[in-house]
Amino acid sequence: MQSEFAVELRDVVKKFITPEGNELIAVDHVNMQIRNGEFFSMLGSSGCGKTTSLRMIAGFEWPTEGDIYIEGEPQGHRPPFLRPVNTVFQSYALFQHMTVFQNVAFGLEMEHATKSEIKSRVGRALEMVRLSSMDRRRPSQLSGGQQQRVALARALVKTPDVLLLDEPLGALDLKLRKEMQLELKALQQQVGITFIYVTHDQEEALTMSDRIAVMSYGRVLQVGPAVEIYERPTSRFVADFIGESNFFDGTVKAVNQKKAVVTIPAWKQDLQATLVADAAAGDAVVVSVRPEKIQISEQPKTNDNCLEGVVFNSTYIGSDTHLFLDVGGQQVKAWEQNRVSSLDPHLFYRKDQKLWLTFPAENVLVLPKE
Amino acid sequence: MSEKKPPVWLRIYTFLVYLYIYIPIIILVIFSFNNQKLNITWKGFTTQWYAVLFHDRLVQLATRNTLIIALVSTAIATIIGTLAALAMQRYRFPGYDASEALMYIPIVIPEVVMGISLLVFFVLLNMKLGLVTITLSHIAFNIPFVALVVRARLHGYDNSIDEAAMDLGANEMTTFWRVTLPTIMPGILAGAMLALTLSLDDYVITYFTAGPGSTTLPLRVFSMVRFMVTPEVNALSTIWVLIVFVILLIGQLARNRRA
Amino acid sequence: MASSAAVPTDVKRPSLLRLIRENKVAQGLTLIGPANVYLVLFMVVPLILVGILSFLSRGEYGQVLFQFNLSNYTRLLDPIYGRILLYSLGVGVATTVLSLLIGYPLAYYIARAPARQRSLLLFLVLVPFWTNFIIRIYAWIMILRAGGFLDTVVQWLHISDQPLHLLYTPTAVMIGMVYEFLPFMILPLFTSLEKIENAVLEAAADLGAPPYRVFLRVTLPLSIPGMIAGTILVFIPAMGMFVIPDLMGGAKTILIGNVIRNQFLTARDWPFGAAASMILMVLTMVFTFYYARRAGLSEELVV
Repeated sequence: MQSEFAVELRDVVKKFITPEGNELIAVDHVNMQIRNGEFFSMLGSSGCGKTTSLRMIAGFEWPTEGDIYIEGEPQGHRPPFLRPVNTVFQSYALFQHMTVFQNVAFGLEMEHATKSEIKSRVGRALEMVRLSSMDRRRPSQLSGGQQQRVALARALVKTPDVLLLDEPLGALDLKLRKEMQLELKALQQQVGITFIYVTHDQEEALTMSDRIAVMSYGRVLQVGPAVEIYERPTSRFVADFIGESNFFDGTVKAVNQKKAVVTIPAWKQDLQATLVADAAAGDAVVVSVRPEKIQISEQPKTNDNCLEGVVFNSTYIGSDTHLFLDVGGQQVKAWEQNRVSSLDPHLFYRKDQKLWLTFPAENVLVLPKE
Repeated sequence: MSEKKPPVWLRIYTFLVYLYIYIPIIILVIFSFNNQKLNITWKGFTTQWYAVLFHDRLVQLATRNTLIIALVSTAIATIIGTLAALAMQRYRFPGYDASEALMYIPIVIPEVVMGISLLVFFVLLNMKLGLVTITLSHIAFNIPFVALVVRARLHGYDNSIDEAAMDLGANEMTTFWRVTLPTIMPGILAGAMLALTLSLDDYVITYFTAGPGSTTLPLRVFSMVRFMVTPEVNALSTIWVLIVFVILLIGQLARNRRA
Repeated sequence: MASSAAVPTDVKRPSLLRLIRENKVAQGLTLIGPANVYLVLFMVVPLILVGILSFLSRGEYGQVLFQFNLSNYTRLLDPIYGRILLYSLGVGVATTVLSLLIGYPLAYYIARAPARQRSLLLFLVLVPFWTNFIIRIYAWIMILRAGGFLDTVVQWLHISDQPLHLLYTPTAVMIGMVYEFLPFMILPLFTSLEKIENAVLEAAADLGAPPYRVFLRVTLPLSIPGMIAGTILVFIPAMGMFVIPDLMGGAKTILIGNVIRNQFLTARDWPFGAAASMILMVLTMVFTFYYARRAGLSEELVV
């Protein structure tokens, strides 16, 4: 490959004019570098700019400012049919008036491939998605999952450098969706091309991606592998959007390399914490602790960061118990795995029970206050 | 709607209305076999009037003219109307509202007014009134109807299939021919059918824009009804009804098969 | 960075084509172009000509004199024409109201029918609808004329010995008008009524409404778009109708459509005919404007 990156967005801005005449900034100075052969996801809720960014890579929209680079080449106003990328659409966008075979063959026809070449390549593509027997059928005769696989085959048969997927699993039911997630991941590793995947489902992104870009209001908040996004969020939004977290306002009291001491005014207590970014004493910050990291015990502990709380609600999920406690007037969520395999009610947490919560320092993250 | 049976009075009423609709036609058909020239009272069964009809030169001429006008005007109006429908449904441009209003004018003005205005127009241009002027007029009132029908069918169009085609390497022209057009073809055909029918049936506008030499079937029927009322008119009418019936039946069966 | 990015060299296209390709506005204008041009040429221009014509006069030999005056319009103020105009309005209104009253229960029945019956019933309405209207009028002439079918039946049933002389009366015209326009009312009504979901009616019943109230408070209001569409489809053509009064009304019933037709074809007073047409058109436009303000028409108009 000529370039270091498969796809690059350099300072891309996209503005729309709404029907009322207002200016809407869908993508706000986004920079992204997507590596060759990786499974890259753009994650965010609707309106965050992920789909718009994807469409600009595909060529259905052009950036207002900045440019898209594919394999190092700037794309400018190049139309979609001249770009070496292919898209799998959210609605599948299958050609209803053509058979499955004709759908998949369409892209090859556009390349002026010979009949025999088309036949063999389409055959292989359908095999890859396990739909070889359906080649004569029409899209209306297929189930949602099958249609989705046709859309996939149709895009992959052209062996593009990059495959763009716009929330392709959204219309499928839960079980099918989970199956397809694994299949897509396996497919990507098998074929080896770059996948750029757009989704609002964080679990999906975490499961499949090599790296995730979390987006909000047209901006990229954080890019990194799943573990990094989850364990070391760089902003409150990311910590809140991915998984669940407790947040407490505080002031930095002291800093020692990667560690800090933060005063929580609500509790008039100090917490030992870990810094995600640089901070100085006196900074106003937000402290984030994930519920599953909190250690729950019925006896007080002598460690740092041990606080007393009272249970006001508890939910039994089966594999876990979710506890909601009142700690010094603040609501704290704490999850615990159910290791106990008993029906004895005395072994379960009860309302108004007094418990001791320990926040391990490496799991107390100091985030900038926005 | 609900599965409950409708009240008795409604069923009787419906039956009576259908009777009101069909009795004239039935009488028409029956009297086409009447063995009496004046066709006032029934005098016996005969098929002679169908033979007369068959040999009626004027009717043959009128039929030929009607078909030519209908086919030509439908073809042109369908193309223009479809393009217009695409424009209205997918794009925003200056003059959109004016274009839309323009499209509705032929539908909402009385046919008389449209007829005489076209007459004035052609006379002013010193054009000879005949098949050409009739066809030009038919195109004018057909365009909006085609556009309306196609537009209604375009409502649920999934734009992403056009994008998919382009994504797979088809340029705008190829996308239009290979994807857009085939997908909206049922709508286009429906619009064309409507235009064809309106053209075949038109009396008023044709009346004003036809010259002395050109006659169409509706015009011919009118003068036959007005001036020369023999059962031949009934025969012509019966055949017309039969053809309509068969065409509609085919259309209905085709729709049932697809459903 | 500057607003337009570098343009790759593989896009070599002449600039007009490029303009159309890249600019959505240009694309839209190109597509609507032919329709706009054609309609302006063959619809707007002729109407403008008629407008101008209405201010001119008729010469001795029937030619048009270019003297601008309002004589045609003042002539229209004559009570004769006033009466014709009012009569036409009346016929239009009567036709609309009658078709609505007669057609609504039928449309309701068809909309309520189970799916298979529904297509059959609709089909039965469509067959006469698609048949040439002059033929249908002729059928009624056969029935209504002296000694015709109706007379025969009436005599046969011993209701009366005399022929009824129904033809060439205003009554005959009304029968013909309603007969002609009934399907135009039924079809939009049907479309509107069919769209009403079963669940809505059931919800109303569930909340305690007896059938007649469900009809008055739910069904009827929801069918208003259909009624409006039907009204437009009936009233406007009905007002301009001259064929039916011509064939079935004889000399006694003259509508404004007949006036216009006569001026253009027999009396050869084109300016006067033009003025009458303008009046008719203004009436129609006013009506459409006022009525069509209610939204959601176009679907019901597309039968």
